[in-house]
Amino acid sequence: MPGLRAIRRIYAIFFFVLFLFFIFSADFQHLKGYEVSLFLQIDPLTAIAGLLTSHTLYKGLALSLVILIPTLFLGRFFCSWVCPLGVLNQWLSHFANKRRPSEEYVVNNYRPIYRIKYYILTLLLVLSAFGMLQIGIFDPIAVMYRSFTISVLPAFDKIEAGIYLNDPLFNGGIFISALFLLIILANRFLTRFWCRVLCPLGALLGVFSQWSLLRIHRDVEKCTDCSKCLQFCQGGCDPDGELRVSECHVCMNCLEQCPETALHYGLATAKSSVAKPLDINKRRMLETVVGAGFLFPMLRSSISAHASPAPTVIRPPGSLAEEEFLARCIKCAACMRVCPTNVLQPALLETGFEGLWTPILINRQGYCEHHCVLCGQVCPTAAIRPISIEEKIGKKPFEEPIRLGTAFFDRGRCLPWAMQTPCIVCEEVCPTSPKAIWYRSTEVKDRNGKIKLVKQPFVEPTTCIGCGICENQCPVTDKAAIRVTSVGESRSKSNRMILEGKKVV
Amino acid sequence: MTGKRPKKKNRLESLHERRLFLKRASRLSGGAAILAAGGYLVYSDSPVRRTPEKIHTLPDYRVEPSKMYPIMSIVRGLNVDSMVKQAVDKLGGVSRFIKKGDTVLLKPNVGWDRMPEQAANTGPEVVGAVVGLCRQAGAGRVWVSDVSLNDPRRSFNRSGIEKAVHDAGGEVHICGDSDFVQTDMGGSLLKVWPVSRFFMEADKVINLPIVKHHSLSGCTLSMKNWYGVLGGRRNQLHQDIHTSIVDLANALKPTLTIMDAVRVLKRNGPTGGNPDDVVRENTIIASLDEVALDSYSLGFLGLVPEKIPFLAMAEARQIGQVDWRSLNVSQSQLG
Repeated sequence: MPGLRAIRRIYAIFFFVLFLFFIFSADFQHLKGYEVSLFLQIDPLTAIAGLLTSHTLYKGLALSLVILIPTLFLGRFFCSWVCPLGVLNQWLSHFANKRRPSEEYVVNNYRPIYRIKYYILTLLLVLSAFGMLQIGIFDPIAVMYRSFTISVLPAFDKIEAGIYLNDPLFNGGIFISALFLLIILANRFLTRFWCRVLCPLGALLGVFSQWSLLRIHRDVEKCTDCSKCLQFCQGGCDPDGELRVSECHVCMNCLEQCPETALHYGLATAKSSVAKPLDINKRRMLETVVGAGFLFPMLRSSISAHASPAPTVIRPPGSLAEEEFLARCIKCAACMRVCPTNVLQPALLETGFEGLWTPILINRQGYCEHHCVLCGQVCPTAAIRPISIEEKIGKKPFEEPIRLGTAFFDRGRCLPWAMQTPCIVCEEVCPTSPKAIWYRSTEVKDRNGKIKLVKQPFVEPTTCIGCGICENQCPVTDKAAIRVTSVGESRSKSNRMILEGKKVV
Repeated sequence: MTGKRPKKKNRLESLHERRLFLKRASRLSGGAAILAAGGYLVYSDSPVRRTPEKIHTLPDYRVEPSKMYPIMSIVRGLNVDSMVKQAVDKLGGVSRFIKKGDTVLLKPNVGWDRMPEQAANTGPEVVGAVVGLCRQAGAGRVWVSDVSLNDPRRSFNRSGIEKAVHDAGGEVHICGDSDFVQTDMGGSLLKVWPVSRFFMEADKVINLPIVKHHSLSGCTLSMKNWYGVLGGRRNQLHQDIHTSIVDLANALKPTLTIMDAVRVLKRNGPTGGNPDDVVRENTIIASLDEVALDSYSLGFLGLVPEKIPFLAMAEARQIGQVDWRSLNVSQSQLG
């Protein structure tokens, strides 16, 4: 029978490969009903923080109980058995660092900086309780999904892996890459630095695992205090002394290292050593809560898309109203991975600080494909609702299509308007029927007084859905002569310009 | 090791030995020579390195003309497979056009992420039938390619063309940015443009357009379908659409053109979207003269050749003949 360590390794490899398979499959060609957002849905931090901000445990997020409930009994197994970032950090720490055994013992000692993750968790949860969801920046599953979408897969494709037809580009993608690289490089400095020191999901699971019935137990009579158990300890949880249960990933390495078989995983025996309680400083914790209380109004005090409508904040089709959207979006970039035209882009500060890395449409990069609803299908939290094609295009029984915004002509740049030159590419590509862009054939005089007949285009705002293909295809290449802004978006009741009830002309 | 090891900080330099000195000096000189030669090689008197890019030209894919067969054959009916076969048979059969082992490239209109019943793309039945004919004629490989305006993977998939092509034994080639080569179009407006590389690698090319309404040019027919070979900012061609169409038709001389007029998009083209804009005309036309073909196909859209400037322009460039009635045209009805 394989030992517990071997079983843990099989799980780790399986879940890591599964993660790669899901992220690879998340495009139009390969998405064949796979639950590609499964990892995001089983993430308890997403579920709990989302519950605080949205007051619902949305559908698939209930799956997080599959992780949370066993954690109560078995310990913080997620981090070394399931979490793709944890597994990646572990592999890098182990295979990319050569340390002498004596150094390994030092590196794997418990350190007080491991408390930081509990303060990060507290900060994020207090902000969530106030209604601001920022866990996505630090949630390991969101970090993995986002980093793979924005940096790893596109970089991998540069060596002709053929994942993409054309390499995608991302707005400020370097910042997302940089955070990922820092997380990876920190393993040099300290084994699993991210997992031990920073990870808020690890902290949450640590809190839940502190009373777990099954844990690593050390037989005080058999133990000779050789500390060999520390050599490959993944959590840095002092298995050689009083075990820090909240730090232990139940990686089972110590069991195999112990020459005296003094360690076992299971229920306590009469000779088992006691465990240390969760190591947090109550004063620091209080300071964090108070600090978060001050931070919240400061973060909210900048101009943001839900304080006043922002023209460039065009959200994917099916997105909830801005406040509800931000209460759910965990910045995982699953929508950006699945988007076929690369129009979905991580926002920087366009939407206010709160909306950092949330998806917006940048129409010079792509456009919203008329019959495509993939972003809503993969969104784990329904910040982008799963919509049908019928709902999106406004086919029966739906009355109205989903509008992302409205297109406006810039007549100073438009060829037929400003330069007496035929064009109307925007009209050609407009996907609605009847087309939202229409034209009038007009006689215009050129510079020499010569009369020319050109078709001058207009937008019909009650037909325009704001898909942005006109802006994307406009031959004025740098700043298009027709541009979509968010006004008229279906998700907002206030960001409107046309009197409601006005019919199509 | 025996004897006293020198202390770490007092170890002695051995370069005073002649042999070692010569060895290192010659290596350094070699390195210096390589550096100097490298500098000479990459030296340029201009700030931009001029590497002449290879400019391709498009081959002429046509077969020998023959007086025995009509120039154009129009077939009306309901079964697309047999209509396509009949249309080609009237022109001498597929073996006149495709030789054993040929690589045949089919160029349907797959511009849009639309379903077949919306008639914004060439019908999948037509594409499948032509792939099948080519396979029967012994074509080595049958490629189907287009440069779509919407997301190409979605366009090929949802138009039903990907499946039809695979079922009939062909291959779909979707063009990415790296699949274009600079090509001399030799036109009055179109000089050097990026063209899909598959056109350089095929032996025979069959144009498979569909009849559609288009606001700027009035219609999208066989000559306009060649827009789909171009990469780059081809939407700038709208600024002189008629000259562009004629330049394209002059540069691309297909083996055969088979027009899909089974479903015709009469309004709101070229994207359509609403099945109400589509009328069934149940016609397939095979032609060796694209000008005559386009001139005939205008009838489906209620247009006349005099209103469509590119036809007369094409005739003036001797690409074909606008007056299709004066040509040898076969018309037949099936079923």
